[in-house]
Amino acid sequence: MQRALTRIGHEIAEANDAIEDIVLIGIQRGGVPLAKRLGSILAEILGHALPVGSLDVSMHRDDLDRRMAPDVQPTDITFDVTGKTVVLVDDVLFSGRTIRAAMDALNDFGRPRRIQLAVLIDRGHRDLPIRADFVGKNVPTSLDESVKVHLSEMGNPDEVILRRK
Amino acid sequence: MSWHRKHLLDIESLTREEIQTVLETARAFKAVGERAIKKVPALRGKTVVNLFVEPSTRTRISVELAEQRLSADIINFTAEASSLKKGETLRDTARNLEALNADFIVIRHSASGAPHFLARTIKSSVINAGDGAHEHPTQALLDAFTILENKGRIEGLNVTILGDILYSRVARSNIWALTKLGARVTLCGPATLAPKVFEQMGCRVTHNVEDAIREADIINLLRIQHERQRKSMFPSLGEYESFWSDEGAVGENETRGHDHASRTDQSGCRNRQ
Repeated sequence: MQRALTRIGHEIAEANDAIEDIVLIGIQRGGVPLAKRLGSILAEILGHALPVGSLDVSMHRDDLDRRMAPDVQPTDITFDVTGKTVVLVDDVLFSGRTIRAAMDALNDFGRPRRIQLAVLIDRGHRDLPIRADFVGKNVPTSLDESVKVHLSEMGNPDEVILRRK
Repeated sequence: MSWHRKHLLDIESLTREEIQTVLETARAFKAVGERAIKKVPALRGKTVVNLFVEPSTRTRISVELAEQRLSADIINFTAEASSLKKGETLRDTARNLEALNADFIVIRHSASGAPHFLARTIKSSVINAGDGAHEHPTQALLDAFTILENKGRIEGLNVTILGDILYSRVARSNIWALTKLGARVTLCGPATLAPKVFEQMGCRVTHNVEDAIREADIINLLRIQHERQRKSMFPSLGEYESFWSDEGAVGENETRGHDHASRTDQSGCRNRQ
């Protein structure tokens, strides 16, 4: 997992000329520890720290009607996003609805110059025209399977579990 | 996170987990009010009717503000400017509201049980903003939230509620919320307004102010509910003031209380250390 993240870090640095304008924003909850890890990796590559924030998208979901009590987590973006290259970070990319909600939520904080997306796993089955710029691993799945990313920050060893439901 | 209810009618029926769900969601939502753009689309396209048959300032304004920030469409309906004044029954008002396809009704009413009646009668979700002397769930949730923000926990805290307990829906809701969350509740007031029977709710009742606040971590002061008292409950306002009020005995005894006692008034917004 760490190798994939290191590779993504290099890809992000390579793809963006204006490296001083890159900020990372992890999507709650799975994307937040990943964004922090990427932050450290990029800090080493670029030689300076870059801003890392977290974004909760529960209030921007398109399925609030069908759910009971979304699990709302903190949004912590202490820096300005206007004019910056925001790299959204998440663990698994699936339907794309979370990313749509994230872009909506991000809009309330300012006007980024551009938004890019880094995900650890892309499992396919997009419902919306959304794609990742940086992918750790493509894992084609069927709809009756689930993909869960476990991170040592949350108490488990680093691993990705693919399970038939 | 645990919430599967359609209505919020009282604290009595809520579990500890449900109360915690509300408080955790409130903490996250509070952050929205501190941003440049104080809006989230969570209730976009939903219609909320604020049905305030009894007067209200703080509850009405904060309820409306929250609804705006959640992007809901709002209809305000106060008793003075309405058909209720002309003698329309609550049942007929409710049917009219249902015809508007309101998703939520927030109701404050002088009759205990009015929200429960509404919940049985119409399809909308009903939120109780105060019903007679029965309950005021949103106030208690707010008070609990305030305590959490200031003290970091509620479990094990000593909370004293002081004043007109008997006629106070705020007291009842607070007692339920605090005991469910594990606080030790003491009630204090003149014997006429703080009868011992409240011990059945799991709290201590005392008529001695010093005794009540000596060990208190939090003191919650209640307003005398003049409008609900049918008969005179104490000899004179002067006497009440000298024993039970801010400047009177409570003021004198405050400095002797626990080091970091905080006070919240009925609106839950004043805190002094």
